[in-house]
Amino acid sequence: MIHLWFPAGLAALLVGIGTYGVLARRNAVLVLIGVELILNGGNLLLVTAGSRPGSPLSAGPVLALFVITIAAAEIVVALAVVLLMFRGFGHIDLTRVPDVSGLADATRLPDASGDPHDGSRGNSPERSSGSASTSRRAREGVG
Amino acid sequence: MTTRDIVFVVVGAITGLSALLAVTTRHVVHAALWLLVALGSLAGCYIVLGQELVGLVQLLVYVGAIVVLVLFALMLTRAPIGPKDEIDTPRWQRAAAVALGAGLTALIATLVIPVLGSQLVDLDGGAAAAGQGSSAGATTPGIARAIFGTWVWPFELLSVLLLVALIGAFAVSRLVLGSRATRVTRATGAGDSG
Repeated sequence: MIHLWFPAGLAALLVGIGTYGVLARRNAVLVLIGVELILNGGNLLLVTAGSRPGSPLSAGPVLALFVITIAAAEIVVALAVVLLMFRGFGHIDLTRVPDVSGLADATRLPDASGDPHDGSRGNSPERSSGSASTSRRAREGVG
Repeated sequence: MTTRDIVFVVVGAITGLSALLAVTTRHVVHAALWLLVALGSLAGCYIVLGQELVGLVQLLVYVGAIVVLVLFALMLTRAPIGPKDEIDTPRWQRAAAVALGAGLTALIATLVIPVLGSQLVDLDGGAAAAGQGSSAGATTPGIARAIFGTWVWPFELLSVLLLVALIGAFAVSRLVLGSRATRVTRATGAGDSG
């Protein structure tokens, strides 16, 4: 026997805490933590609604499993974008205005385009110098 | 207060407190670790609610995969060790976030609790009742029948979604993003080193 207002209240609390986390963080990975908490609040509400008696068409647990799968797919792509931002800008601070001059032609595959000297030189010196400048910029800013 | 109520209040208090710490701590790595505690105890909440399968999948996917991914992302983005003030927005924005979060919590609670809160669900007789088909959607065989019956096409679409997310993550991580000034800096640095 369980009163359903405890899980319903906890779901509302998780959504509120997650909203605070999304709005109050500057680090992109910590914003993603807030998004995960919002998703879990919705998930708990689905499970709570699915455990009511006398609702044979309710699919709360099934939808909760689907939401967990979608959250896994979402965070993979989101973390790839965060890592791309870190490699490009040297920080993952979402409130800092990035330098986007020439960004339209800067988004490219490493070997697909660019001048032939880039392709013939190979990746290793560029990558090492890139990581060095990245770490230099990361020391100045928010990690 | 029944026994399940008391157990749920204890586990739910752990969940809420650790979630609150995950969004308020000043240590970047501690936020991910508090998220681990919150998601793990939320799996306990699911088990108290009588959904063992969802709880175990939560443990496997969230605690086992997503938190590990978040920790890897923090590691690869050189997360600073120790308390940092720079990971939070300014004070007025945090105050607005507190107001918005509390307002959202109050809004959802006033919407949902009158709908669900008055009900007293008997979960202990669930196994016996499921055999009679009254609450067949709540047990693991019921979930399996629902997934591979009613929801089989969304289930197949989810496998496609996972494949697309995998390929998309690879494609995104192959891109090179940066301003022209950054690339010039990199090119000169490469010229110096070469």
